[in-house]
Amino acid sequence: MNWDWDYAIDSLPLLFQGIVVTVELTVLGALLAYALGLVLALVRQVRVPVLSQLVYLFVEFIRSTPLLIQVFAFYYLLQPALGLRLSPFVTGFVMLGIHYATYTSEVYRAGIDAVPKGQWEAARALSLPRGRVWTGVILPQAVPRVLPSLGNYTISMFKETPLLLAIGVLDVLNRAQEAASETFRYVEPVTLAGVFFLLVSYPASILVRKLERRAGTV
Amino acid sequence: MFDQIGLIFSTLVRGLPVTIAATLGGIALTVVLSFVAGLALLAPSRTVRFLSRVYVEGFRGTSEMVQLFWIYFVLPVLVGFELVPLFAGILVLGLNHGAYGAEIVRGAVQSVPKAQYEGAIALSLSPAQRMLRVILPQAVVEMLPSFNNLFIQLLKSTALLYFISAEELTERGQLLAPSLPIAQLVPIYVIELLFYLLLAVLITVGMRALERVGARRLGRRAPRRRSTPPVTAGGV
Repeated sequence: MNWDWDYAIDSLPLLFQGIVVTVELTVLGALLAYALGLVLALVRQVRVPVLSQLVYLFVEFIRSTPLLIQVFAFYYLLQPALGLRLSPFVTGFVMLGIHYATYTSEVYRAGIDAVPKGQWEAARALSLPRGRVWTGVILPQAVPRVLPSLGNYTISMFKETPLLLAIGVLDVLNRAQEAASETFRYVEPVTLAGVFFLLVSYPASILVRKLERRAGTV
Repeated sequence: MFDQIGLIFSTLVRGLPVTIAATLGGIALTVVLSFVAGLALLAPSRTVRFLSRVYVEGFRGTSEMVQLFWIYFVLPVLVGFELVPLFAGILVLGLNHGAYGAEIVRGAVQSVPKAQYEGAIALSLSPAQRMLRVILPQAVVEMLPSFNNLFIQLLKSTALLYFISAEELTERGQLLAPSLPIAQLVPIYVIELLFYLLLAVLITVGMRALERVGARRLGRRAPRRRSTPPVTAGGV
């Protein structure tokens, strides 16, 4: 079987719609992961009794089990049980965000650990209130350092979005399947879906590498 | 409430061997490809380096799901024979994680102090001896923690075999789910997640044991575990 250029070009608009959805999912999921990850990291750092231990267990549990099952459990079990009716798209980015928040929380933690001890001591010597120590001294030093790691996780999140087709999200791979199921020709759309991924993630990774060189990694 | 727990458990357990087979097969292929591609990234020949770089960036830059679909749905059309789902799964798991592993191998080999190379040259060891007797034994110990993370990623990725009907753990659960009322879904997902957690713990225990053996053979004490952030799952 050969490569059919006409068919490949015909399937492009559909794939393009798909990649837009994939990017949207990634961006929304990433924003959630950045925010929630920071909250999780702070809860662990501040050592709130009980809550910190719970967060630790939560992070370890989510990190060592597959995202796909978490998505299933959320979509088919938790959502009906809570009486929610979220669309597959919303479910998708929320679960991506929660899953990756457990990774980003570890990243933030490493960044916070890397802030020299003298900074803490100086902040205390200036008798800054606790909130100001975090927002004014520690985080402004910790966060820029971890930006490359966050970037890397964003890229891997981007590459994991296709598994959301299990709950019917119309991402680029699902669109490719859709195109293929009409014509029974898988070669062109699935290959092009791969090319789309490469086209987004390769430049993104070069960007992250630049960021790495500038920030000095943690 | 959980009256069908026996049925659920026995159904899920039947998926476990497939998940384990996929994980072990994937790990074996990953290790082979990591070393081949990782050492090729350091080869003197430009062509070899370039080919290895194409493999690594190609597989790290595209989604694992796309690779799975490509090998399972597209490849049969191109070459004319179909792959057994489990085999296709192992192939994708190995190829994908091998690309990440190649960077681990490259990084570890490069982190061996330069004096070790010079010492090996001064002793007029052949390049093969230099690599096998001096560099790799030290580099492998460095690689083990990263490989631990990578293998756990791989274990989690076996859930993707659901999409090609390999009859592994996740699929068994999903096939069972529609026939049960919602309350009965709780044990399905809890048992599934616990199985994956258990396998992840087993991998970690095994790798820690290897780390101790490796460190002892180098005459070092096993390193104190610092809390390091996990190796990035992705990021080309």
